[in-house]
Amino acid sequence: MEFVFEWFRTLYQETGINLPFLYDEYDRNRMIDGFFTTIWLSLVCLFFSVIIGIIGAWLQGSAFKWTRRIVNGYIQLFRNTPPLVQLYFFYFAIGTLLPRVENDWGGQSPILGSFAWAAISLSFFAGAFNVEIFRSGIEAVPKSTVEAAEALGFSKLQIYRDITLPLAFRVVLPALNNNLVNLVKTTTLAYAIAVPEMLYEANQIWSDNVNVTEMMFFLLLAYFVLVGVLVGGMNRWERAMKIPGYGG
Amino acid sequence: MSWTPADPMVSLKNVHKSFGDLKVLNGVSLDVMKGDVICIIGPSGSGKSTLIRCVNALNDIQQGSILVEGQEVNDPKLDKLELRKKVGMVFQQYNLFPHKTALQNVMMAPIRVLKQDKAQAEETARGLIKKVRLEGKENAYPGELSGGQQQRVAIARSLAMRPDVILFDEVTAALDPETVGEVLQTIKDLAEDGMTCILVTHEMAFAREVADHIYFTDRGVIVEHGPPETFFQNAQDPRTKEFLSQIL
Ligand SMILES: Nc1ncnc2c1ncn2[C@@H]1O[C@H](COP(=O)(O)OP(=O)(O)OP(=O)(O)O)[C@@H](O)[C@H]1O
Ligand SMILES: [Mg+2]
Repeated sequence: MEFVFEWFRTLYQETGINLPFLYDEYDRNRMIDGFFTTIWLSLVCLFFSVIIGIIGAWLQGSAFKWTRRIVNGYIQLFRNTPPLVQLYFFYFAIGTLLPRVENDWGGQSPILGSFAWAAISLSFFAGAFNVEIFRSGIEAVPKSTVEAAEALGFSKLQIYRDITLPLAFRVVLPALNNNLVNLVKTTTLAYAIAVPEMLYEANQIWSDNVNVTEMMFFLLLAYFVLVGVLVGGMNRWERAMKIPGYGG
Repeated sequence: MSWTPADPMVSLKNVHKSFGDLKVLNGVSLDVMKGDVICIIGPSGSGKSTLIRCVNALNDIQQGSILVEGQEVNDPKLDKLELRKKVGMVFQQYNLFPHKTALQNVMMAPIRVLKQDKAQAEETARGLIKKVRLEGKENAYPGELSGGQQQRVAIARSLAMRPDVILFDEVTAALDPETVGEVLQTIKDLAEDGMTCILVTHEMAFAREVADHIYFTDRGVIVEHGPPETFFQNAQDPRTKEFLSQIL
C-alpha cells in the first residue's frame, strides 16, 4: 500500500497531478469517510423509500377516500417540487421548528442533524416515485389470482404480502431499480446541507489543495463505479427473481 | 340455527343478484345435500358463474338467503374466513400462484390460513399431488405445467384446505381436448370419495355420468332440474330442449 501512496506522491511532484487523498493520510481518511457516508446514506434511503413505496401503495388501495387523497397529495407534492428545495424545506423549515435539545457541551443543538434530515427528505422524495411504481405493479397482478387467494381464506394483509407484492415486485423491478439508481445519484444533494458525503469531502479537499480538476475527474469516476456496481447487482437480482415459465 | 348433516349442506333460497342495473340472478333456489354432486348447465351469460361465486361470498347478493352448513352467507357480519374454510373453489383459468411451485401452491393456504405446521402441511400436500396424479411435478412452477396439470394442482390446492364442498366453475373450458379427460377423472375420483361438489360445466357426458342432480339455468332462473336420466331424456321446458338440442 505504502508503495502506491508513494507513487502518487511522486506523480504529483513530477507532473503536478494532485490526488492528495491517495498519499496524504488526513485527506485519505476524509475521502474514506465521505465514501462510507454516501454508501450509508444511500442504503438508509433505499430502505426507507422502498418501505414508503410499499405502505403507500397499500394505502392507495384503502377503502377510505381521505387515506387515498392524503397519499396522492404526498405523491404530487414530492414529485412536483425539486428535491433540493425539499431538502432545504426539511432542514431549514421543519428542522428549526422542532425543539432543541441540550448537547454534551451544555449548548443547544437540533434534535436531528443534517444526515438525518437528508435521509428523511430523500427517502420521501424517492418514496413518492416508489408508491407510483408499486401501484402500477399491483395493478398488473391479475384480479383472478387475488380472487383465488381470497377463496382460500387468505386475509387482505396476507394476500398483499404473499401474493400481490411478490408478483408486483417482479413486474416493477426494472422501474424500481431505475429509481433507486437515481436516488443514489441524488444523495449528492446532501452536500447542500453539509452532510459529509463524498461530494462534500471532495470539496473540502479541493479547497485545501486547489486541485479542482483532479477531484472532478475522480468524483465522476467514483460515482460511475459506485452506480455501476449497484446496477450490476440489481441486474443479477432481476435475473434471480425470474420465475420459470412466467412473463417472458 | 343448529345444522346437522341431515340438512342441506348448501341451501339457496330466492337469491337475487344484480350488477348495477343488470339483473343476473332472479330468484334462484336449490339445495345440495352432503355428498351430492350437482351440475349447473345453461347458456353463456345465464348467471352460472355468478351463482356459484355467491356461495363463497366472492359476489354479494341483494336479496334471498344462502346457507352453508347453516351459516348465512348473506349477512354483513359474515365471517368470510370460516365460510371459506368450508367452501373450496376451482376456477376456469386455474389461477395458481405463478411465483410458487406446485407443492408450495398446495401448502400455502394450510400454513397461512389453517396455521398448520410446515412439515405436516408438506406431507399432506405431497399426498394430494399424488392423488391428482402429478408425482414428480412438485417443484415445477405453474408456467412449466400444461393447462390440465395446472388445473389438477388447483384442485389439490383446494383439497388441502379440507373443504366440505367444492365449487368448480367450468374447470375444463380452457383446456386442450386431450387434457380435459385427466381433469374430469380427478373430479370423478373426488365425487366417488364422497366430496360434495357443485359444478358448472359444458361437458354433458360428464354431467350425466357423475351428477346426482342437474340444474338448467337461463336468464338468472332455474328453468328445470332433475336427476340426469330424467333431465336428459325427458326435458319439459322448451328452453331446456332447445339448449340440449344445440349442445348434444
Ligand atoms: N363483475 C361483474 N360486473 C358486471 N357484470 C357482470 C359481472 N360479472 C358478470 N357480469 C354479467 O352477469 C351476467 C352473468 O355472468 P356469468 O359470468 O354469471 O355468466 P355465466 O353463466 O357464467 O356465463 P359463461 O357460460 O359465459 O361463463 C353476464 O351478463 C355478465 O356480463
Ligand atoms: Mg361462467
